[in-house]
Amino acid sequence: MGNWIINHGLESFILVVWMGINIFLFVRFYLFYDSGPQFFYTRQLLGSALAWARAPAAVLNFNCMLILLPVCRNLLSLLRGSFVCCGRTMRKQLDKNLTFHKLVAYMIALMTAVHTVAHLLNVEWYINSRHGRYGPLPGNLSMLEDDDDDDHHTTFLNPVQSDSTTPTIFAFTTIAGLTGVVITLALILMITSSMEVIRRSYFEVFWYTHHLFIIFFAGLVFHGAGRIVRGQVSTDPPHNTTLCKDHPDKWGKISECPIPQFAGGFPQTWMWVIGPMVIYICERLLRFIRYLQAVRYKKIVMHPSRVLELQLVKSGFKMDVGQYVFLNCPEISQLEWHPFTMTSAPEEEFFTIHIRQAGDWTEKLIKMVENLPEGSQGPKIGVDGPFGTASEDVFDYEVSMLVGAGIGVTPFASILKSIWYKFKDSNPKLRTRKIYFYWLCRETHAFEWFADLLQVLEKEMDERGLKDFLTYKLFLTGWDHTHAAHVMVHFDKDTDVITGLKQKTHYGRPNWDKEFEQVRQENPSSVVGTFLCGPAALAKVLEKKCVKYSDVDPRKTKFYFNKENF
Amino acid sequence: MGKIEWAMWANEQALASGLIYLTGGIVGVAGQLKGWEFAAFGIAAGVFVCLLEYPRSKRAKGTSVERTGQYCFTVCVKAFGPLTRNYYVRAFLHAALCVPGGFMLATVLGCVCLGMASLIYLSAAIHGEHWEPIMPKMEPLKHAAQSIKHPPQNPPPRPPPELRRKRTDDLESAAYVNPIPVTANES
Repeated sequence: MGNWIINHGLESFILVVWMGINIFLFVRFYLFYDSGPQFFYTRQLLGSALAWARAPAAVLNFNCMLILLPVCRNLLSLLRGSFVCCGRTMRKQLDKNLTFHKLVAYMIALMTAVHTVAHLLNVEWYINSRHGRYGPLPGNLSMLEDDDDDDHHTTFLNPVQSDSTTPTIFAFTTIAGLTGVVITLALILMITSSMEVIRRSYFEVFWYTHHLFIIFFAGLVFHGAGRIVRGQVSTDPPHNTTLCKDHPDKWGKISECPIPQFAGGFPQTWMWVIGPMVIYICERLLRFIRYLQAVRYKKIVMHPSRVLELQLVKSGFKMDVGQYVFLNCPEISQLEWHPFTMTSAPEEEFFTIHIRQAGDWTEKLIKMVENLPEGSQGPKIGVDGPFGTASEDVFDYEVSMLVGAGIGVTPFASILKSIWYKFKDSNPKLRTRKIYFYWLCRETHAFEWFADLLQVLEKEMDERGLKDFLTYKLFLTGWDHTHAAHVMVHFDKDTDVITGLKQKTHYGRPNWDKEFEQVRQENPSSVVGTFLCGPAALAKVLEKKCVKYSDVDPRKTKFYFNKENF
Repeated sequence: MGKIEWAMWANEQALASGLIYLTGGIVGVAGQLKGWEFAAFGIAAGVFVCLLEYPRSKRAKGTSVERTGQYCFTVCVKAFGPLTRNYYVRAFLHAALCVPGGFMLATVLGCVCLGMASLIYLSAAIHGEHWEPIMPKMEPLKHAAQSIKHPPQNPPPRPPPELRRKRTDDLESAAYVNPIPVTANES
């Protein structure tokens, strides 16, 4: 139980606070509209459907404010930078921004459904009141018309002012109705194109459809402008509701019952969403400015198994280990920005990215680069970033376990190179005293560009007598009988047959229990950070193992799990 | 958007529309709103669309992910043969089903969403896509090949691993470059 609190405590706390605010807003506004005396006459027409429509509206205001914030990646980077003093647990929460974005989106969808259903009923009941189907009081209330005075305030209660209005006509001729239908449609299209199946396989559909959020927010801001939810305002002399409700025919004729006046509620949504909208506009502007900055190609290399390496130079560009950038190539697509982790160390003059062919955009880029003549510059690209994720924290832990699966090894390439440079300079920033590195890969020829790096590091460590600093294990998960035969033949050799490294390649998947046990035994009373860049299934396994092998006792080892996510 | 299979998105949109049509219909009938007959139709149409769209089609390229428990629906939908296989039929069916929803406010959203799904299905049909059931894989029985009776006499030709790696005396012919210089392995 204690282990669960260490690994998930802050995240759960934030969710509880968020849910608590939602519930509070819902209940408060429900009671406001269900018991508020100024809505007594409104409730005569609508019953509790008024409160059922207004309560989700308040929750929607709150969540529409929140939804833009997790996708402002530059803002998050700024927050992460200023939280350097506040401990890594706080900063880890910023990694889960996309999960939070989706959660808020689901809440918006749910509240939209409740809000729409309640208003469907409201419209029908407004029309029925107008037709006198609910008795004399609602009938009379509906008949109240606009006072023809000069101040531009409307004083009626029932927004349905004609006997021939139908719900459909009402919906499409009022601002609220029309904007409501349009933005709900936009919301539905955004949600269906964001389903995992569509997002993973057809990214462009997801990305272009998601821009409907512009229509969503535009409509949302104007949704309340018609002021059709109306409450009673005080008159002089005051209208005594308890006495007058039973005598609607006497209104205007006796002193206690002047004709009641109503006014629409002031539209408030814009107050909630204007801040995040401005922040998001700044975010997009910043991306555009970054796109305009010149990026020069230093070197382009085509590796086996369709991996493209680009060495780029951009003035004023500063990075940290394991950070990623977003690339945009206008020749392929104007609007798309795709994330790539950098594989170079901050100590180098340039930055490198390794791109694997994984979809439409990457395939087009690789094809374009393949057809380039020797020694020429690549296609124009824009670079946004760098953005930091968990890898920045690697050097804060005394002991680090780095797990990279396939192309997921890229952030760790950056870290290992940085280690090499830091060792050369004897950099005191390096708090780490031990690193365990696990690389899981299916095919052998993907090894080659990385194996050379490991070979050099191996030699360097040997020369400085620091063989224990870096322990690495390579796992070849896609082996078959030909590999096994080859290994058997060369069993006695000192170096590994596949990579040429002193550390032999393991075959098959790692036994994580054994690995964690080994780390725990070799590092008692240490704080171990586990970093993964790889598939979600592996993340679940590692997360469980971290919880299992952690101990709340400060004299024993504690494992913290950090995941890269894209 | 070269490789998009429109049917995958049309399927998600149609399933969502079915649910929205159904919900609108339930509100219309339960609230006894005017025009509730259209709402009742909306319930029936919504349920029908959900049942038809629940089983996902097999993708032309890439791995298909089934929805939970979709196998029995797949069997039912497959039984209708060309009617469910062809996306033109689906596009026109959805277009026809959505029209009555437009006559009542509660179902108008379901109508419009189903209309959009119909348009996306039309696009899928024009691109030549069709519905393919995802059936569980049957493992074929493995028979040992005839060559097991005549094993090869010689080992396969293969250069030794030393030649495949980068050599210090011939750096230029290598397929890749390192930022850190490569030196010969002394041991």
